[in-house]
Amino acid sequence: MTNLKKSAVLAALALGLSTTTAFAQTEINWWHGMGGHLGDVVNQIATDFNASQDDYVITPVFKGSYEETLTAAIAAFRAGEQPNVVQVFDAGAATVMGAAGATIPVQDLLQDNGVDFNIEDYIAGVRYFYADTEGKMIGMPFNSSSPVLYYNMDALTAAGFDAPPATYEEFEAMAPALKEAGYIPLVQTHLPWEFVENFHSRHNLPFATNDNGYEGADGTEILINSPEMTMHFTKVKEWLDADLFGFFGTGWDDNQAHFNDGDAAMYIGSSGDFGGLTAAELPFEWASTYLPYWESITAEGYQTFIGGASLFAMAGHSDEENAATAAFFEYLTSPDVQYMWHRETGYVPITTAAYELAKEDGHYERSPAAETAIQQLSLQAGENTRGYRMGFYVQIRDVQNRELARFLNGETTIEDALATIETEGNELLSRFAQTQQ
Amino acid sequence: MKRAGFDSRWLPILLLLPQLSIIAIFFYWPAVQALRSSFYLEDPFGFGATFVGLENYLRLFRSSEYLKNAWFTVIFSVSVTFLSLAIALLLAVKADKVIRGAKTYRTLLMWVYAVAPPVAGFITLIMFNQRWGPLTNFFELFGWDFRVRLNYNDTAIAMIIASVWKQIPVNFIFFLSGLQSIPRNVVEASMIDNRSSVSRFWTITFPLLAPTGFFLLITNITYSLFDTFGTIDTILRNNPGDNPVTLVYRVYLDGFRGQDIGGSSAQSVVLMVLVLLLTVFQFRLVERRIHYN
Repeated sequence: MTNLKKSAVLAALALGLSTTTAFAQTEINWWHGMGGHLGDVVNQIATDFNASQDDYVITPVFKGSYEETLTAAIAAFRAGEQPNVVQVFDAGAATVMGAAGATIPVQDLLQDNGVDFNIEDYIAGVRYFYADTEGKMIGMPFNSSSPVLYYNMDALTAAGFDAPPATYEEFEAMAPALKEAGYIPLVQTHLPWEFVENFHSRHNLPFATNDNGYEGADGTEILINSPEMTMHFTKVKEWLDADLFGFFGTGWDDNQAHFNDGDAAMYIGSSGDFGGLTAAELPFEWASTYLPYWESITAEGYQTFIGGASLFAMAGHSDEENAATAAFFEYLTSPDVQYMWHRETGYVPITTAAYELAKEDGHYERSPAAETAIQQLSLQAGENTRGYRMGFYVQIRDVQNRELARFLNGETTIEDALATIETEGNELLSRFAQTQQ
Repeated sequence: MKRAGFDSRWLPILLLLPQLSIIAIFFYWPAVQALRSSFYLEDPFGFGATFVGLENYLRLFRSSEYLKNAWFTVIFSVSVTFLSLAIALLLAVKADKVIRGAKTYRTLLMWVYAVAPPVAGFITLIMFNQRWGPLTNFFELFGWDFRVRLNYNDTAIAMIIASVWKQIPVNFIFFLSGLQSIPRNVVEASMIDNRSSVSRFWTITFPLLAPTGFFLLITNITYSLFDTFGTIDTILRNNPGDNPVTLVYRVYLDGFRGQDIGGSSAQSVVLMVLVLLLTVFQFRLVERRIHYN
């Protein structure tokens, strides 16, 4: 109770301080799932926005994990108490986008409020992940990341290499020497995201029917039970059994810790890890490069798509509040703010203008690893590189994690694992399609 | 014999009203809602719901994964209940005999009671950390490559240890006060009849502790089914992977994380029915055999 009172007093104080003109300010709120350092940067953006103009005040509210934020927003919507802006993560996007009346498409919101909007301003890999069938942008990409390969330069040097592998074939050739040098050659951090979803994009393989699910939930089926997936995971298991790969469960940190500790020579992680790795001041040289691909599947790798989360403008608010939300989105996508966000967190800048600004400022000369993801997102595109749109995808990811971990733990075969993911995944997809009618 | 009663018919109702409304608002209403939702497939935002009859239930019983979760829940609950009762009873019997420093000893044993479930889970993660956990290192001495959050059985063992550790103090307090309320003359009389302290325990002390034990049995089963959620959640951190999951945790995974309202409602109803059956079973069959003074 006292905490509640204290924060109420603080909030009142904060409002009082930020209010220069005591009237006619429109207040909006923003629910997000960014804790720790990321949360500080979010608060900084909000403070700067409030200071930049006198008409609107935005209040960011930390709601816990991505899942908790989404659940809270949905519950609030059903009670008519929804926030103006909510952050929704990649796997939850289909749920929100399927509920057409729950959000205002960001493109409509901006255009209706007289803000210039051109989808071409956004960098290629970011553009269509949160767009509808017609290519209209529904959610505003916010913290966008992509899986990349981080490597310990000292480890590569110790094993006699001067560059990281570009393909899994190259990795296979390098791995024994890395093992010989006393390292776990490679670990991953998120099986579905890195080895399944972006695997399909990197090789331009279809991941689901109905144009990867973008054409609608009805009849969408997951295409995970493929020869390419079987081949990839069979290889991963061979490496694991030969100590050329480390698997420490489906938790992110359990795996990444081995890289930070200097045990693992390389790890596949998020471009958003950049900020954390820099802050950790690791006692070795490290850098990042593109996510590897199989040359046996494609001669040249395709682009990956964005993960992370986006911001949705929730419906059911007054025009004044929506104008405030539009003004905030305009501010958020301005090059300076995007560059600040990119620099502080390692998430990719979402517009070309912000990318140019970062280049001009010499950011990538100072920290080359910061540019890897944005370049990877701009590699050659294909018909299957925009991502996927599948409902109940949170559960489908759980099934993937479960079955793939079972396979890597030696409890099932890859054929059974993939078949189970396909069966359970399709059942969840058809259930989701039923909720959308 | 004249029955004591109220003069007005409304006074008892008025007095009961706060309690009844709390039960109605916080139990019956959500229970009815869950029952209703379990027959529908609903859009998370509440734009529409399709009546699907028993489909949400049939789906559960068709799912080998759900049955696996159910089986794990049984093993987990039985282990947690049995171990936390048995260890607490042993400690209480020993503590009852301590004369010097008894208070300090008892306080130390009760201490863990103050630990919140998520903190218990967190401590478990530290103790069993894959790379440097003290208990992981200890198991390694015996050649056991303990891998919490990676190996199904190892995670299950860590969950059971954490849940048992957290529950022992409560049971200890109750057993100890139960032991202290056994009349001295009964104990002294039995000492004359039987020299073996072990057989004295099983023939005299244990039956006299039965009412306490029965009460604890019920609370411990409830604890292991429901209150271990915080511990399990902290260990799994929203990412079950190939790790064991209890039925209650699964309701959370499907409903709160996955937005599958119909499916998780059906699971809640299944749990409600199970608890109801368990309660009937306990009071019908077990309680009859218990002797209250």
